[in-house]
Amino acid sequence: MSATVKVDMTVNGTGTSADVEPRLLLAHYLRDVVGLKATNIGCDTTSCGACTVLVDGESVKSCTVLAVQADGTSVTTMEGLEEAHPVTAAFRAEHGLQCGFCTPGMVMASVGLLSENPTPTEREVREGLEGNLCRCTGYHNIVRAVLAASGQDPQAATAHPSRSGA
Amino acid sequence: MCVLMSIMGTRVVRIEDPVFLSRGATYTDDLTDERLTGALHLTLVRSPIAHARITNIDTSAASESPGVVAVITNADLDITPAVLFAMAPKTMARPFLAADKVRFVGEPVAAVLTEEAYQGQDAADLVEVDYDPLPAVVDMNTALDGDVLLFEEAGSNLAGALQDAEFDEHLFDDCEVVVTQEMVNQRLAAAPLEGRAAAAAWGDDGRVTLWCSTQNAQAARDEIAGWLGIDPAQIHLIAPDVGGGFGAKIGADPEFALVTWLAKRLDRPVKWTETRSENMTGMVQGRGQLQTVTIGGNRDGDVLAYRIDVIADAGAYPRLGMFLPFFTRQMAPGVYDIPKVESRARMVVTTTTSTGAYRGAGRPEATAAVERAMDLFAAEIGMDPAEVRKRNVVAPDKFPFTNKGGVVYDSGEYAKAIDTVLEASGYAGLRAEQAARRERGDVVQLGIGVSAYVEITGGGAFSEDASVEVHGDGSVTVLTGTSPHGQGHATAWAMLASEHLGVPIEKITVKHGDTDLIPRGAGTMGSRSLQTGGVAVYNASSELAELARTRAADLLEASVDDLVVADGAVTVKGTDKGVTLGELAQREQLRVDTVFDSGAASFPFGAHVAVVELDVESGKAVVDRIFTVDDAGPVLNPLLAEGQRHGGIAQGIAQALLEEVVWDADGNPLTATFADYAFPSAAEMPSFSLIEMETPTPLNPIGAKGIGEAGTIGATPAVQSAVIDAVAHLGVRHIDMPTSPLRVWEAINTATGGQS
Repeated sequence: MSATVKVDMTVNGTGTSADVEPRLLLAHYLRDVVGLKATNIGCDTTSCGACTVLVDGESVKSCTVLAVQADGTSVTTMEGLEEAHPVTAAFRAEHGLQCGFCTPGMVMASVGLLSENPTPTEREVREGLEGNLCRCTGYHNIVRAVLAASGQDPQAATAHPSRSGA
Repeated sequence: MCVLMSIMGTRVVRIEDPVFLSRGATYTDDLTDERLTGALHLTLVRSPIAHARITNIDTSAASESPGVVAVITNADLDITPAVLFAMAPKTMARPFLAADKVRFVGEPVAAVLTEEAYQGQDAADLVEVDYDPLPAVVDMNTALDGDVLLFEEAGSNLAGALQDAEFDEHLFDDCEVVVTQEMVNQRLAAAPLEGRAAAAAWGDDGRVTLWCSTQNAQAARDEIAGWLGIDPAQIHLIAPDVGGGFGAKIGADPEFALVTWLAKRLDRPVKWTETRSENMTGMVQGRGQLQTVTIGGNRDGDVLAYRIDVIADAGAYPRLGMFLPFFTRQMAPGVYDIPKVESRARMVVTTTTSTGAYRGAGRPEATAAVERAMDLFAAEIGMDPAEVRKRNVVAPDKFPFTNKGGVVYDSGEYAKAIDTVLEASGYAGLRAEQAARRERGDVVQLGIGVSAYVEITGGGAFSEDASVEVHGDGSVTVLTGTSPHGQGHATAWAMLASEHLGVPIEKITVKHGDTDLIPRGAGTMGSRSLQTGGVAVYNASSELAELARTRAADLLEASVDDLVVADGAVTVKGTDKGVTLGELAQREQLRVDTVFDSGAASFPFGAHVAVVELDVESGKAVVDRIFTVDDAGPVLNPLLAEGQRHGGIAQGIAQALLEEVVWDADGNPLTATFADYAFPSAAEMPSFSLIEMETPTPLNPIGAKGIGEAGTIGATPAVQSAVIDAVAHLGVRHIDMPTSPLRVWEAINTATGGQS
């Protein structure tokens, strides 16, 4: 590939700029140009969400966005969350991660979900995170973590509805 | 033990997590090690055809592509094809790059080395390979027929066979009722979120540093050394953070050896990270058995005889998968005390991806078969499936119990596990609701599946190493031969050391997966880690505490008996006189190296109840609830143990309902991406209801058995049975996994003649 294009974007509050191939994916820009390795790439069909980041506050899969499309935007990766962020704190407290590979994307998708729906139901969390795959946790503790991060009691929020009258 | 309050059994949050949740873990592809500066990127050209002769490879256009440093084919290799498993026929070796033939879609054919990763994809497209197609062999029975051979010199497609004696034609003579069922235990993708990756850099000292994503660094080192014909001591193998394994990352992959060889050949560091599409055809897959199961007994519910005949798919080049039916045979009778049991397994090669371990590895196949058989038998005699199970389980006073597969069950309370899960699930109420829905003819029917299981854990390698050292600053380093990839050993092993030393876990560093630092170790697989490596850490820490007391006795001029180790110090009981462990370490190295050998495998067990709601018009089943008793002895850290159970349960539900690796008749993979493979999301899962039960093993001082695979082994048959149970009143007796809406709908139509 020949011509490069100049992109400027704010990543975790810091200005970045580079001449990149037009085909360069945002995920690779973040990992290889900026050097932020938390964002992982887990598939090549936009299915797993391991690469989820926030672009101007909205969660996107960075393997499906070109760096040039993110020109002029503000990108947040997991590295950019403040220490003791409610979502990361809840992931730890509820054991919402094991191998950690899906985690940066899962955390950012959760941050995005809660910004749109601050007190989701269990069902809304499950459907809201449908685009993020995890092989380790069975999602049980991830769902609990998101509910806890929203200020709800995860035990109560995942209680099974009574069957009486069914 | 001199600690006031035990840390064991408590819900300690992971010490791994602050890094994992801030800058992220460091997987192989994340490495910024200076030894990898200027590394070339490896892109593999892979076969798009299942079975073909290679007539020509033209690399000229690719070689001219921008950034290309080399294009390597089999003709350039000076390493001989690898026999990928010790018991595999020598005639079924795999070349590191295909020679005259390809035998599965995804087989590496050429290696493209470029300065930049994207350049590799451009150049790989320019490698021209001429293939002369041969008939694909996808079906296991076709493979057994042997009309088309994958390896002509082998003379057949049989990779191996396991049978003690010919089947007894009178096995079922005493039985009033005999039921036979053919079942498919379908092929699954392990699909860890991190695929395979490796990076190699040779030093001036003639040694190579090889980073790769593996579950056991030491075995991977030895395997690669063997394949390359070099001394294992030449390889410094490091497993950085590993993004899931589930058995598929046991040992090394041939690609890792190729990376190592290429780095030497090109005199530059080389990196390789596979894409998901490569992973879905290149990484070993699990299960893949055709089973013919026969069960017989009397109408009172006593099972008298059981037979399982297995054909197992080894894939194109036999690897660990060809061995796993060994476990299926060992565990054939499951929790049941059946007087007569027979089994046989034949392992065939097919023009598909090689098979290996996947969570459970041979045991879920045994459990699925016997649990389905119990249901079929129960249905035939009109008895409740839970009742039939309880009637036939091994009684608690029979342990240690030698099963008909020849293995010794250490301890178990099988009927209690069943009763416990039945009660927790409100089984009687569920049956009543099911009856009401059937009576009303509801569109959404309720299905209830019961499973009981026992499995082998810690069965591969009984021995594991540990070293524990206190440093001058009071911090502690633990070296372990186990190799976590999500299980949380850094936390769990720190708890075990803290138990004896009283040092807070934040001051304890657990190191693993580095063959220079830890030359010996068996890694993490088969749910072995806590009961071998964990116990080694526990014992080493205990010995270290004793050593500290002995040394402190001299120093403090006190009797050893008056000394206690607590809070990282040795003190004289009832006084404030003492010395810290750090101070002792400043005087003389304070370290213990130990080996623990359990001497035998342990046999955790449990029982699950799955409840599904099934729409009889669409055939779609949804797991509404799942209740699980998974007894693996005393629990070190409930948070971690529950996490293991959750993940296993989800993978069990996924096998029962959703997942299957599929090829068409020409051997083309139809599930080679996450868009096509039915990997479940949170939306397909319920929250899980776990019930505690702890029956210790006598095999180790903490009584622990393995918990890693329990969920998968128990949940799969429970959910499959629940789906079938939801439509049992329509006359359906069996549906193969995955119980997809189409299969359920077809089963209903077959059973009712389209009249439902």
